[in-house]
Amino acid sequence: MEIVYVYVKKRSEFGRQCNFSDRPAETNVDIQPDPSQATNFIERDPIDAAIQCASDMSEHEVNTERFEMENEGVNHLEGGWPKDVNPLEMEQTIRFRKKVEKDENYVNTIIQLGSLMEHCIKQNNAINIYEEYFDEEETADVADEPPSAKTINVFRDPNVIKRTATHLSWHPDGSKKLAVAYSSLEFQRSSKDMSYESYIWDLENPNRPDLVLRPSSPLVSLEYNPKDSHILVGGCYNGQIAYWDTRKGGQPVELSTVEFSHRDPVYGMIWLQSKTGTDCFSASTDGQVLWWDIRKLTEPTETLVMDISRKGVLENALGAIALEFEPTMPTKFMVGTEQGVVITCNRKAKTPAEKIVGTYSGHHGPIYALARNPFFPKNFLTVGDWTARIWSEDSKESSIMWTKYHMAYLTDGCWSTIRPAVFFTTKMDGTLDVWDFLFKQNNPSLSVKVCDEPLFSLRLQDNGRFIGCGSKLGTVTLLEVSSGLCTLQRNEKNLATAMFERETKREKILEARHREMRLKERTKAEGKEEDVKVETEEEKPEEQLARVQKEFFEIIEAEIRRKERAAKLSRAQVAQRPGLPKGWGVAV
Amino acid sequence: MAEVEETLKRIQSQKGVQGIIVVNSEGIPIKSTVDNSTTVQYAGLMHSFIMKARSTVRDIDPQNDLTFLRIRSKKNEIMIAPGKSPSASGFQASC
Repeated sequence: MEIVYVYVKKRSEFGRQCNFSDRPAETNVDIQPDPSQATNFIERDPIDAAIQCASDMSEHEVNTERFEMENEGVNHLEGGWPKDVNPLEMEQTIRFRKKVEKDENYVNTIIQLGSLMEHCIKQNNAINIYEEYFDEEETADVADEPPSAKTINVFRDPNVIKRTATHLSWHPDGSKKLAVAYSSLEFQRSSKDMSYESYIWDLENPNRPDLVLRPSSPLVSLEYNPKDSHILVGGCYNGQIAYWDTRKGGQPVELSTVEFSHRDPVYGMIWLQSKTGTDCFSASTDGQVLWWDIRKLTEPTETLVMDISRKGVLENALGAIALEFEPTMPTKFMVGTEQGVVITCNRKAKTPAEKIVGTYSGHHGPIYALARNPFFPKNFLTVGDWTARIWSEDSKESSIMWTKYHMAYLTDGCWSTIRPAVFFTTKMDGTLDVWDFLFKQNNPSLSVKVCDEPLFSLRLQDNGRFIGCGSKLGTVTLLEVSSGLCTLQRNEKNLATAMFERETKREKILEARHREMRLKERTKAEGKEEDVKVETEEEKPEEQLARVQKEFFEIIEAEIRRKERAAKLSRAQVAQRPGLPKGWGVAV
Repeated sequence: MAEVEETLKRIQSQKGVQGIIVVNSEGIPIKSTVDNSTTVQYAGLMHSFIMKARSTVRDIDPQNDLTFLRIRSKKNEIMIAPGKSPSASGFQASC
């Protein structure tokens, strides 16, 4: 229904200003109340109406300012001596003492107290009244409580411009200190005011860092020397390596020369087991792995280029991000790369080509963490793209177990040092996941939202109970995991062994089938070749090439036809999924 | 004099006793079987502790008095026998 109002106006009157005029109010409609309508309604009796007569109150939150505390000690001198005796003079003190001893009162009191003391000592020796009973009996499994994690402490970056906490390292003895490397990993985003400092925090004092490390370029990775807890080595954003001695202060003791260092930020830094305790190696996205002796940082002792074609060409090299080294296997180490490939290397190989032993590919993005299971060194965990995968050294084609694809990118991960099937991962949405692979494989056992910004690094303390996670704004949160997740359950080792073996076997079977199918295809192709060979003894390479090409296309077409048939079948049967035949290892 | 020596020797010879310190009411160590610095440290620390313990006991019941004080820790036990004037304290290793 259109409502249209037509009016006519002279052309010359277009565009004139509006001439408003006042007029008094007019009543357009006056509807009087109609009492007869009241019969449509029912009166309500009684009616509940709530009223409150209370004073208006408002809610306010107040947080007191951080109380800065400092510990100070006072040393007392010997006192209590009477005025004429000088405590430092032996003669006077001896004289005083002799005088006291001659006092009769003294003798009586001593004898009396002596007997009292003897009585108590004998009592102690007779029965240990403070003895712990039932000490050896372990408390029954309190496994009923759900796993939980509690935040113990938060260490914030004291600078105004916040940098990411990229790497954490616990102090090797007792873990009372935590070294955190701060840097900004955003490409060319670091402003001039951004401080280069990294800190060592004492767990008792979250207000002020224990020690400030001042490198010439922000530190991307930082590690305590497990043998000497005063030495730390750090990899810088500009590719240099620096080492500190905490007894000498915040300036690095030595810095590697720029010409021989990496060309990209040093993402991985690990100490090696050696007699001198001064060897370490570093990896960076420029594709090199360098070995250093910190006594002489002017040039690396050894280099290795991460080129999987084993030619040592730097252009083909893959950028290395994660390094893994297990002290029990000193000649082998693993490198996780930016391209999603894990490379295992042997340090003691004769030629550089032999140094690279094998590769494992399976991730779609850079591998941010690489860790061997402390109980099963043959199995290792890789964290990258949106999944975490567990691999076995024996199956090179694919991982044996993996988590589902998450909504957020996974940034770091590590195994628990106490329970063989538990590992931790951090994600870009600020959550820390605890996975118990024996218990549940499709979801983490515990997912804790640590903070709103992405978490970048994770480090478990050696006792397996405390975890430090570093976030994008430089906040390091210390969490304590509930006891269920850090005490070894009964039979867990056996169950974990069985699980890993079972998965490895499954992968091996899949691999074998894979190989069989490939072999079959090859023999089919070869079968055709043999017929041709009977006719002509020698074939020219061009003809061979043409024949091979033809066969190749035939195989492809056969596959396509098979797929179409399968697709048609699936359309007829709605339930089934179309796909390649089993055995082709489709990754989910 | 000899009895004093004998008493102290007897206590010292008991199993597990690490040392004995005799302190007078002003807190000055009179006799000690351990080195000076340890003696001074123990004497200084124990003095205020004994005062506090004694005043606690007497606060609760003025007729009562402190007879013996034992401080048991993980590694050893400190036993204090407070007297009117000198007080003897010994420390014994726990089993």
